[in-house]
Amino acid sequence: MTQRLTNLAIGLIPVILALLFTTLILLIVGAPPGEAYRNIVQGALESPDKWASVVTATVPLLLCSAGLLITFAAGLWNIGVEGQIVAGALLTTWLALNLTLPSILFIPLLLMAGLVGGALWGLLVGWLKVYGGVHEIFGGVGLNFIAIVLTNYLIFGPWKPAGRATMSGTEPFPAEAWLPRLGNLAVYPIAVILALVAIALVYLALRGTTWGLKLKAIGNNQRSAFLMGIPTHQYMMGAFLLCGALAGLAGSIQAIGVRQRLIPGISGGYGFLSLLVVLLAGYRPLWVIPIALFFAAVGVGSPRLELNMQLDSALGGTLQGLVVLFVLLAQGVKKRDA
Amino acid sequence: MNAVLLIRTLASVVRGATPLVFAGIGETITEKAGVINLSLDGTILLSAMTAFAVAYTTDSVILGFLAAMAVGALMALIVAFGSITLRQDQVAIGFVLTLLGAELSSFLGNPFVRLKGPSVPHLPIPYLADVPVIGPIFFNHNLVVYLGYALIILSWLYIFKTQPGLKLQGIGERPEAAFARGSNVNLMRYVYTAVGGALVGFAGASYSLSIKLGWSHRHTAGNGWIALAIVIFGGWHPLRVAFGAYLFGGLKSLGSIFQRVAPGIPSQFFNGAPFALMIVALLLVSSGWLDRLLIRLPTRVRRVIHDSLLGAPPGGLGRVFVKE
Repeated sequence: MTQRLTNLAIGLIPVILALLFTTLILLIVGAPPGEAYRNIVQGALESPDKWASVVTATVPLLLCSAGLLITFAAGLWNIGVEGQIVAGALLTTWLALNLTLPSILFIPLLLMAGLVGGALWGLLVGWLKVYGGVHEIFGGVGLNFIAIVLTNYLIFGPWKPAGRATMSGTEPFPAEAWLPRLGNLAVYPIAVILALVAIALVYLALRGTTWGLKLKAIGNNQRSAFLMGIPTHQYMMGAFLLCGALAGLAGSIQAIGVRQRLIPGISGGYGFLSLLVVLLAGYRPLWVIPIALFFAAVGVGSPRLELNMQLDSALGGTLQGLVVLFVLLAQGVKKRDA
Repeated sequence: MNAVLLIRTLASVVRGATPLVFAGIGETITEKAGVINLSLDGTILLSAMTAFAVAYTTDSVILGFLAAMAVGALMALIVAFGSITLRQDQVAIGFVLTLLGAELSSFLGNPFVRLKGPSVPHLPIPYLADVPVIGPIFFNHNLVVYLGYALIILSWLYIFKTQPGLKLQGIGERPEAAFARGSNVNLMRYVYTAVGGALVGFAGASYSLSIKLGWSHRHTAGNGWIALAIVIFGGWHPLRVAFGAYLFGGLKSLGSIFQRVAPGIPSQFFNGAPFALMIVALLLVSSGWLDRLLIRLPTRVRRVIHDSLLGAPPGGLGRVFVKE
């Protein structure tokens, strides 16, 4: 018991350091830290509406994290996850703007389109890596920027709302395409269920299947996995496909749920944040859920800093980054002492 | 296109590529020592913001550059400490710092957005600037651009022609052997990572104080990744890295010209072009296609083309050296 408590206490040190550092930054810009933290907490938790926003922001983090658990298991740095969200949203938007079907058919079709769009964008990174020798970080980063540029082109070009193109995005999708809410709250039960199912499936697949074992073998040592007879190329392509599909699903949900249209920053940085979530979780699927909730809460709460204190909401992202940095460093200290 | 416009364009290529020269060669030095500092995109943002903020408050461009170099070195030292001393994943630490640098630059830079501040003064070099064609292209800029030329030549001389430079290659190429010959591998890696980081910080300052004046949110976003790709494209060789920097800088200048000449092409195309080129350039040097193409040529020609286009990463790149 005391052992567990000590471990917990040690585990909290990096978080405390991150908070201290953030406090220092606030003091440097001359802002009262207590008030800043209170604003973030209130902005995230003060009303059922805020709770709903936190849950909804958790969904893309969980979906992308589920995908990244797969690519990380195979030893791959899928930074391209951000662009894969966008690609899913793009294919979804294309259908949503050009078709009208009853919701019961339309919504599943649009979500499938997200899966396919993301998977294709993910496969592209995989292809560049496996057959072109381009490290997945650079293939991914390049394709992220290209996806953003493509989105802007479509919003200001072919998909611009009648007459005038604006930063506010395309025309709203027809109501049949909207993901149903929970009463008045901006929570989308289908999305929440899909996200939790994704994490559960990835947890089971990595833990208890030969597919998961082989994937991890590749992650540990690609060469020996290959010599053991594992078709490493197919497995790596498969990992990119699955991660891309899950990210694309997140993009689809952003488009037909949260925004009900395509906007320029549709991916919302959730892909990059999910990389942080998975790093912080130490690649453990079940840890991803609480950490994603925490990140979502910080993300939902920090815009309040702009409203009430004229501070930039990037403080939230700074805090998230610092927590991950100090946790990584603390793990190193622990390993060194052991 | 008339001659005056062409010369003006080439001059803007040379000027615009300068930050990429500093960042690319800085990262080359770091990677030559065997360390990957992936944080470039965040480091350049944070140092560009710092440079502008410091120069604005103190009204001193020099202090701005110094502060930016300190920020760059500090970010690099975190990578070094995390990976060399604490043996954590180099890529993970670098990636976290990429995001952290961007967020911090947005938060701390908020009060400085779109202010007008000091900048590096224009300084044509006497006599040289008057030489036809060459003068206006190369010698009608400011000190930062000239320092870029010096860095290209000096880094090449240092790495390939001096004793400490050979040692630098050794600790990145075969750290065990370098250690056996008496190099303090990890200390040298710390030093070169910090030096490389300071140059990356200089690159950041050269954006906000010379090339893309001032500060705005995500002012330089994307350029850090381009610089990292240029190091690979340039085969970890300062001259080729510099060539890559001018290539990418040129693309940007060409974009703004084409936009004037052919307004029909959507402007987004030019924003995406550097990243498409980044992927294509890496495919060219990494996929082995070039080698397969070259095989048809006579051996001598093949070797010349191969050696001038392709280069291998340092053997110990990204691998932590542990004393046995």
